[in-house]
Parts: sequence; structure tokens; C-alpha cells
Amino acid sequence: MVDLDAWDWEVDKRMIADLRQWKEQFEHIEEPCVSPDGEKIAAVVQSGEMEFSVCENGTVWESPFDKVWYLRYTPDGRLVGLVSDTGTWTVAVDGEAWEETYDFVWNTQFSEDGKNITVAAQSGMEYFAVTNGTPWENKFSFMTNLAISRDGNHSAASVQTISISEGDIWSFRKGCFSVAVDGEPWDTNFVNVWEMDISADGRHVAAEVRTTIYDFTIAVDGKTWPETFQAVWKPKFSPVTTSVTASVRKNGVWVLMRDGRQIWDRSFVQLWHHVYNADGTKIAAIVAPKYGRWTMALDGVPWSLTFGDLVTDAVISADGRRVGCVGKENGVYFIAVDGIRWNDTFDMAWKPVFSSDSAYVAAKVEKNGRYFLALNGKFLGHGFKSLWDPVFSPDGKKLLVRGIEDGPDKEQYHRKVIKVSDILG
Amino acid sequence: MTESAEKIKKQFIDKGIEKGVEELTPEKIEKTINKILKSETGARFKAYVETCVHCGLCSEGCHYYLSHDKDPAFSPAGKVKQTIWEIVKTKGKVSPEFIKQACEIAFTECNLCKRCAMYCPFGIDVAYLMLTMRRICHMLGVVPQYICDTAHSHASTMNQMWVKDDEWIDSLIWQEEEAREEIPDLRIPLEKEGADIFYSVIGPEPKFRAQLIYQAAVIMNVAGADWTMPATPGWDNSDMCMFIGENEMMGRLKKSHFEAAMRLKVKRIVMGECGHAFRSVYDMGNRWLGWKMPPIPVIHALEFYHELLTQGKIKVAKKFDKAVTFHDPCNVVRGRGLHEMGREVTRAFTNELIEMHPNREQNLCCCAGGGVINCGPPFKMKRIDGDRIKAEQLFNAKSRGASTIIAPCHNCHGGLEDIVHHYGLGMDIKFLGDIIYECMEKPGASEG
Repeated sequence: MVDLDAWDWEVDKRMIADLRQWKEQFEHIEEPCVSPDGEKIAAVVQSGEMEFSVCENGTVWESPFDKVWYLRYTPDGRLVGLVSDTGTWTVAVDGEAWEETYDFVWNTQFSEDGKNITVAAQSGMEYFAVTNGTPWENKFSFMTNLAISRDGNHSAASVQTISISEGDIWSFRKGCFSVAVDGEPWDTNFVNVWEMDISADGRHVAAEVRTTIYDFTIAVDGKTWPETFQAVWKPKFSPVTTSVTASVRKNGVWVLMRDGRQIWDRSFVQLWHHVYNADGTKIAAIVAPKYGRWTMALDGVPWSLTFGDLVTDAVISADGRRVGCVGKENGVYFIAVDGIRWNDTFDMAWKPVFSSDSAYVAAKVEKNGRYFLALNGKFLGHGFKSLWDPVFSPDGKKLLVRGIEDGPDKEQYHRKVIKVSDILG
Repeated sequence: MTESAEKIKKQFIDKGIEKGVEELTPEKIEKTINKILKSETGARFKAYVETCVHCGLCSEGCHYYLSHDKDPAFSPAGKVKQTIWEIVKTKGKVSPEFIKQACEIAFTECNLCKRCAMYCPFGIDVAYLMLTMRRICHMLGVVPQYICDTAHSHASTMNQMWVKDDEWIDSLIWQEEEAREEIPDLRIPLEKEGADIFYSVIGPEPKFRAQLIYQAAVIMNVAGADWTMPATPGWDNSDMCMFIGENEMMGRLKKSHFEAAMRLKVKRIVMGECGHAFRSVYDMGNRWLGWKMPPIPVIHALEFYHELLTQGKIKVAKKFDKAVTFHDPCNVVRGRGLHEMGREVTRAFTNELIEMHPNREQNLCCCAGGGVINCGPPFKMKRIDGDRIKAEQLFNAKSRGASTIIAPCHNCHGGLEDIVHHYGLGMDIKFLGDIIYECMEKPGASEG
């Protein structure tokens, strides 16, 4: 994890970049991204005719590229883009391209501490993962659903292990797909393999698989649960053990199972995106208790509050006491926490963020084309042109606000630290 | 003179069906049918089956019936009689040969276009009954090979054309580069979180019809739209799993699609000119997952073009110089009522719109939709013979001056191309986006 204590938590507001100057300097600027600590802002810019680079805090990367896309900051604040030069692709980190090049790279993923960077890659129509410039030894004719461990030392993906011709529906049904872990495929093939999760210790992989075209289940390290189901969704490892949970469809309804056994005593019309708290003792999930109504359930108990359009962005506090989500009803978005809908309505809302002690919850929201912060149900009236998710200080008493303020003569990116108590009064 | 239905049926051999039937036993058939009827049908199925009074009024609604000299075997009620009624009557005690025939009827003699429902005094939805028969066939492993392979592609890649993750992104980057030759500051914004619009297409666009992505990008950029496309699976809105009765995969596909849009925090999904995909995202896939309506508004291209035009975001630079006729796709006209919007945009960009008759919600099907064209070459001639009435309808429009058919649906395009070619109609077929792209103002475009 990133050491938040090392960030500047002095109550202050600093202008990091004057984006008007950028617009005068460059012909073309794409949407910016900001570092987790708020100290840097960067964007892909057109630096010449058919030539692209990256501007970070006003400084342009030394080497331009034919193309730069998917510019993102690692959790530890390094700037990563997928870059192309003379027809080959690689990863550039803080302007330095990896030495190895590929026919294509995509799906950048970072370890929780930001030290490891993994991408999906293709060369010569062979597919593999690459971590910090080191590719898997084995290559495959097809790869998707790339996942990495928390520390980024392991990667896994759905891969095709047996090639078949298009139209060969009979070979397909025998099973031509498996899971490759660090490039090594499981011994077992499946009809399909979809999303997967890697255990906290990085030693185990669980995936949703189809064993026949009708039978779905969860496979852990290549071994399936004893029972098959009508459908399954992405499995997850407990954050502290090697037990695996997944929602599965039985007899037309969805239930939550752990290691092949049902753990919640009721079923739902839908149940997906379950999340664990830090010590794995609590589980929350998005559920539909009845057709067309959506809510959150904590340890199997749904809120009485429901939404008709959707529920998304499920989050549970580290201590497991509190649950939040984004809900939508009749076309407008809400933040809901612990079964209570905040009063304000929004045109869009982002995943709520809990403070480490779960006392506070904040979220980025959008209204009339402007972006705002909302904290513990209180809508803060100061609007931004762009805004990134709020970050609580380690003690939960301060909030880092990263936003672009604009006006008739300005467009500036600011980093601001404010006291939660000053907002809530 | 068209041959009888019985004779035609003997001409078609599909390996998917043939091999599937070889694996059947009467016991397996009976068990599967009764399981489906018991666990997956209810009041709707019962009402449709029991309400029909066999009046035959549905017959005139079906292009197969009209194209086969009113052979009752091709009437909607006749097709139900040869499939669903028989399995209900026998409680599933039917032979493998029966399943083979029922499969061919359900998959290749009904486009699920729902025109017949308008002719039925009770509004019985024969498309639903044919889909139920397809579901049974899928659960029995008896599915035409080509559409089955497409469903396998969906399951493996989340798109219908075996397009790999990198090929999708590369196609978008390529089209952006191409389009920049025409409009230098054009972008196809990938993974732009918070954009207004998530633009989604169907698998054949990056595979065979990349110019449609180019054209859409030009329209979006000229209109000043705040839009994005995902660099992940979930970009393909199409769904052949829906049409083979593989409902579990239909749900997975729609989850992938909607969640890609939710992840990017868009306000709405705008989709290209595809009909069946609209049915999947607006009606069937979303509902299988538990959403009554799409969780994010889905706007079909016809509606979107109309919005851009009426809001002055796109303007007419010149009129298309050939007389056109407008083909109403079933899923966005009977399914969504976009026929007038389509015509308003057509009239704005063309000099002359000559209606084909019948039209709007009464229009005759292209005979490609409902997964029929996806059943592939074994059934191509059956499909073309089964829509002779469409050729007559188009010829009539042509005789009154129409030389270009606007068909705002991918499947309609494919079906009409075959009909135009086979019957020697000599008409062009275009998407509405083709006409808009050709005739719209393009401020900032490079000269030449």
C-alpha cells in the first residue's frame, strides 16, 4: 500500500498548473489525469504534426511518440502511458519507454503499491502478459481477462490452449480455454474462462468457468467446485484466507457461496459485485431483492431502501460497519450509505470513499455539467470544471481535494487540503 | 411457381443440426422439454398457447407465407403448430426427427419480426413462442452451426466476430488516424471517464465495416459530442446468444456492455444502426439480468441523428442526389417507434423519399433478422426465397423512382443485399449514417 503519511497534509491550497498556458502552448490536449497525492497533473498533448507527447506540470516528456494513450498514474505517483513509435508499442514510465517493444499493448494494471506495472501484449499474433518489461515465457493464441495479484508479482488471464477453426463448434465444446498463471496454463481446459481473482498471498487463482455449454462453476487452481450452476459471477478471495466466494444462479435465483457452500440464507433476483471489508469478516453485495428493484445487502440482509434504475459502485468500510453505493432512480443519481439516501440528487455520482475510521464518507458528484464534493450527506456548493475522487488523510480528519477551477480568465489545477470539521461545522 | 414447404425443407443440410440430432434420445428430449416448459414458461406462454383460435389471420402478416404462395406451413400459426403445440400436446414425447424439423422452422422460417402479432386479434406474440422453441433446441444441443459458432464467439470474446481485445482497440486507433486525414483534430476518445455518450457498435463494424466507425467519429466530432468508446470487452452490443436461446450468455453479454458504460460514468449509450442489438439491450438482455429497463438510457442511431439534426448540431450541406426509399427495421420501428424520426432525417438529407408499401410498422421484414442470416450459407437460398414478397415491394418502389434503399440496421443490410442481388433489382443500399456523412456540413475538414 502507498504510504499516505508521506503526503503533504498541511491545510493549504496550491495551484499546481495553469492549464490556460498549456492550451496556448499545444495544438491539442486530451483530458488530464492527476497523481494520487495531487501533486501532479498530466495530459497527452500534440507536440508536432502527427507527433504526441505528455505534458506533466508544464514539462513535456523529452521524446515524442507517434501515439500515446491510456495515460494513468501509478498509486505511487509515476506516470504511465501506452506509446507507439514506428509501428511498435510499449509502455513509457515518466517518459522513459521500456526497451522491449510489442505489436500492441493494452490493459495497464498496477500493484497496490504502484511498484509493478503489468500490461497485456501481443507480438506476432501471440498473446502474453508483461510485467515491468518482462514477458511471460509462454505465449498463447488468445488471451483476455488479465488480472494481477495485489503486490503485482503474479498475473493470470484466460487463455486459449487449443486452437480451433472458426465454425468448429464441436471442438469448442470439448474445452479449449484455461487459466494461465504467470504464463503457465492450468492442466484443465474449460469451455470458457472469464473473470478471475488472485489470493492475497498471490499463490492461488479462482476463476468463473463453463465446464459444458450448460454448466457454470468456480475453479480454484484448476479444480472446480463440486456443483455446477446455471450461471456464476466473478469469484473473490477473502482478503485474509484462501477461501473463495462467488454469486451463483441456482433454480433461477442468485445466492452467495463460499467454497461451494451457500453462506447467505436467502436468494435474490440478482446478486453481484460482492465486496469484503479489510479483515474479511463482512461481505456486502449489490442485490435485487425483487425484479427491477436494486439495493445493497450486508451479510445477506438487504436495505429496505431500493432503487429502480440501478445500483453500482458498492463499497464497504474497512471495519465492515458501513456500506455505501451509487443508486439511480427515475434517471437521477444518489449516494446511499447504510440504507439512507442522501437528500441531493445528481446527474452522476462516483463511488463513495470512507475514511479509515469509517466516520466520514465523501464522494465526487456531478450536477449541471459541474463537479462537486459531497461529504456525509452534505453537498458542497463549490463547483469544479474537473474533479477527482477525494482522499482522506490517514487519521480521517482531512480531505485532499484535487480539482480544476475555471472562470472567464482562468483554468487552473489546484491541490487543496481541507479539514473535515471545517466542512461539517 | 414456388416449391412446397415440404420439398424445400429437404434441401437444407446443416451440420450443427444434423450432429446435434444424432445425440438425441426420446428420453432426453422429453426431459428437456418438460424442464423448460415447467421452469421457464408461465402465464404468458400458457395464454398464447391456449388463446389461439386457429383463425389464421396471422398468416397475412408473415413474409414467408406471402412469399411461398400462401402455403399454410409457413403461416405463423402453422409454424407454431409444427413446433410448440406439438410438444405441449405430446408433453414432450417427440422424436429426434421432430426436433430437427422444429429447429429448422424456429431458426430459419421465422425472423422473430413480430409483424404477425399485429394481425392476431389477440396479439399473440409468435416470436416469443419461436424463441421458446429455440431455447429448447439450444438445451438439446441442436442449433445451426454458423449461429452456434457466433454464440461461441460471444461467449469467448464478448463480441460476435472473434475480435480479440487488441484488434478492437487497434481498429479504433486506425480509424482515428484515417479520419484525421479528413478532420485534423478529430478524436475517437478511448476510455474517457465521465463522457456524455458511450458509443457502442456490433462486432462486424471493426471486422468488416470499419468505415462506419470512421463515419460515426466524424458525425460525433462535427456535432461536438462528448463521447467515448471502451478499450475493453463490452463494446459490442450485439447478441446472437439471445437468438439461439442461450439466455445465460445473453445476460453475461449485456452485463459486460452495461458495466463498461457504468464504469466510464457516461449518461447514455448511443448505439449504431443495428436492430437486433437494440432488442437485446432494451428489452431482453437487460430484463434477464433483473433490470426492467436499461440501467443507462440506450439511444438508437436513428434517434440520435434526429436529435443532432433538430438541435442544429449537424447541418445539411447538400442533398443526396438519388431518390431513396426507407426500409423500417422491425426492432427499432415495431420495437421502438423510430420510423418518423428516421424519415425526418432522411427527408432533410435527400431530395426525394419514395415510400415502399407497406411501410412503417407494417413494413415487410428483410428476412435476415432474428438470427436467420447468421444461420449462414446452408440457409441462404431459403432466406432469399422466403422473402420474394420483399423483392416485389422493393421493385414497386423502384418502379416509382427509388434507386437507393436506406436500411438503418446491419442485418437488414445483409438480407436486402442478397435480395437485391438475387432478384436483380439493381438498387443501392445505404445506412442512414452513410447519407449523413456524405451530405453533412463538415467544418474544419481538410479540402479534397
